[in-house]
Amino acid sequence: MSVDMLPLKERFTHGLDAPICLTWELTYACNLACVHCLSSSGRRDPMELTSAEACTVVDELAAMKVFYVNIGGGEPMMRPDFFDLVGYAVDQKVGVKFSTNGTRLTAEAARRLASMDYVDVQVSIDGALASTNDAVRGEGSFAAARQAMDNLASAGFGQFKISVVVTRENVTQLDRFTEIADTYGAQLRLTRFRPSGRGVDSWEALHPTGAQQRMLYRWLLDRPDVLTGDSFFHLSALGQPLDGLNLCGAGRVVCLIDPVGDVYACPFVIDDEFLAGNVRDAGGFAHVWRQSDLFRSLREPQSAGACASCGSYDACQGGCMAAKFFTGLPLDGPDPECVYGHGETALAALPEGAPRQTAIGHSKVDRSGRPLPVPTPVRFRSTASV
Amino acid sequence: MSVTEERVSLPAPAYDLNRAWQLHPQVALRDESFGALAYHYGTRRLLFLKSRTLVGLVSALEEFDSANAAIDALIDEPERPQYRRALARLAGSEVISER
Repeated sequence: MSVDMLPLKERFTHGLDAPICLTWELTYACNLACVHCLSSSGRRDPMELTSAEACTVVDELAAMKVFYVNIGGGEPMMRPDFFDLVGYAVDQKVGVKFSTNGTRLTAEAARRLASMDYVDVQVSIDGALASTNDAVRGEGSFAAARQAMDNLASAGFGQFKISVVVTRENVTQLDRFTEIADTYGAQLRLTRFRPSGRGVDSWEALHPTGAQQRMLYRWLLDRPDVLTGDSFFHLSALGQPLDGLNLCGAGRVVCLIDPVGDVYACPFVIDDEFLAGNVRDAGGFAHVWRQSDLFRSLREPQSAGACASCGSYDACQGGCMAAKFFTGLPLDGPDPECVYGHGETALAALPEGAPRQTAIGHSKVDRSGRPLPVPTPVRFRSTASV
Repeated sequence: MSVTEERVSLPAPAYDLNRAWQLHPQVALRDESFGALAYHYGTRRLLFLKSRTLVGLVSALEEFDSANAAIDALIDEPERPQYRRALARLAGSEVISER
C-alpha cells in the first residue's frame, strides 16, 4: 500500500491521542444576545475557570501537543485576563484562533493582537448588510464588527477571518460577504446554522431551505478558498464531496471545553447527554479525552440506522449529531437537513413539542428570572479601556 | 465540526533531493498510531504523515548530508520511489525545508 493511501478517515473515527480541533469557550458572558447562540450565552457563570486553572489547562494542552485551540464564548474578550491567557497559550506553542463579536476589539487591542505570533482572529457577522446582521446579532452589532475589522486592518494584523453562520436570510448575500472579505484581504469562513442553544428556538425560521442548501453546495464547490470548518459535510451527499474529512469528529478528533471546565463531545451539544467529564477532575483533560466512557463509545463503530439503505451514507455519514439531537431526531437517523428530504419526513413524524431544550443556558434574564428578549442592542464600552 | 481549516497544498515544485533537508523549524510533529500529525505554525497548515516509516525518515533528515542519503540508509530499495514522492509533497507543503 502506498504511503499515503492508508484509510486515514477510518483511523480518525477511532479517535486520536489528543484532539486536532479543540474548542475552548472561555466565558458565558456576552454583551450580545444572538438569536442562534449555540451556548445560550449572556451571563458569566460563577464557576468559570480561574486564571490559574485556565493556565493549567493550557499546560495540559501543550503537553498533549494540541497545536492550537479555537477560543470562543460567550465573548472571550470580556474575560479580564483574556490577553494574559492568549499570551500564555502562544508562549507554550498552543496557537490561538479566537472568535469575537468585535465589540471589544479596539484599536489598541488590535495593535496588541498584531504583535503576537500564533494568534488568528475571526470576527463574526451574520449579514452582509447591517439590517440582516442586526436582526440576528442585535442593533449596532454590524457597525461594531466592521469597526473591529477596520482596527485590525489599521494595526497591520494581516489576514484575519470573517465568520458567518449561513441563514435563510443571508444565504443570498454570499457574494457580498466575499466582497467585504476582499476589501480587507480577509478570509471568508462560512459555517452551518445548528439548532443548538438559543438556535433551538430560531432554527426552524432561519435555517436555509433545501433549495438554498443546494445553491450553497454549488457555491462552495466553486470556491475552495472559502473556509467552512468542515461544517457542511451533510451536503456532500449531493455528489462531489466538499473539501475536508466529511465526518462527524465529535469525541474522536473534536471536543469542547466549556467555561466551567466541562468537556463535551462537540461544541454544538452543550447538554448532559454529551458531557464526558471536567478538566478539574483527577487526571484533568487528558484523562477525559482518553478514558471517558462517552468518548470511548463515540469511537466505536456507529450504526447507520435508518440511513443504512441510502446510497449516500458513505458521503454524509448521516450528518450532524447536534442537529439531530436538538431537533429531536434519533442519532442513527437522517440529518434534519438531509439533502434528499429524509430529515424533513422524520421531523414531520415527530410528536408536537419534540425539539429538545437544553437545561444548560446562560441567557440574560430579567429580575424575575424570565429570559430577556433577543437580540438586544449592543452596549458599547468606552474605547479607552481594553 | 472542523478537523482542519487548512487546504491541501499543491504538488511540490521541483526540488533537489541531493541537498540537505530537515524538518521545517516552524513545524511540530505529534505521533499518532497511523504516523504523525504535522502542524506548521507559519502557514497554519495541519498535515498528516501517513506512516511511521515516513515519520522516522522526516525526523532523521537532519542527520544526513542529503535527502537521498537518508532514503538510501533507511528505506528498502523497492519502496524508495514512493518515499521520494512523499518527501516532495512535504517539501511543497513546507513540512521540510532545505538547510
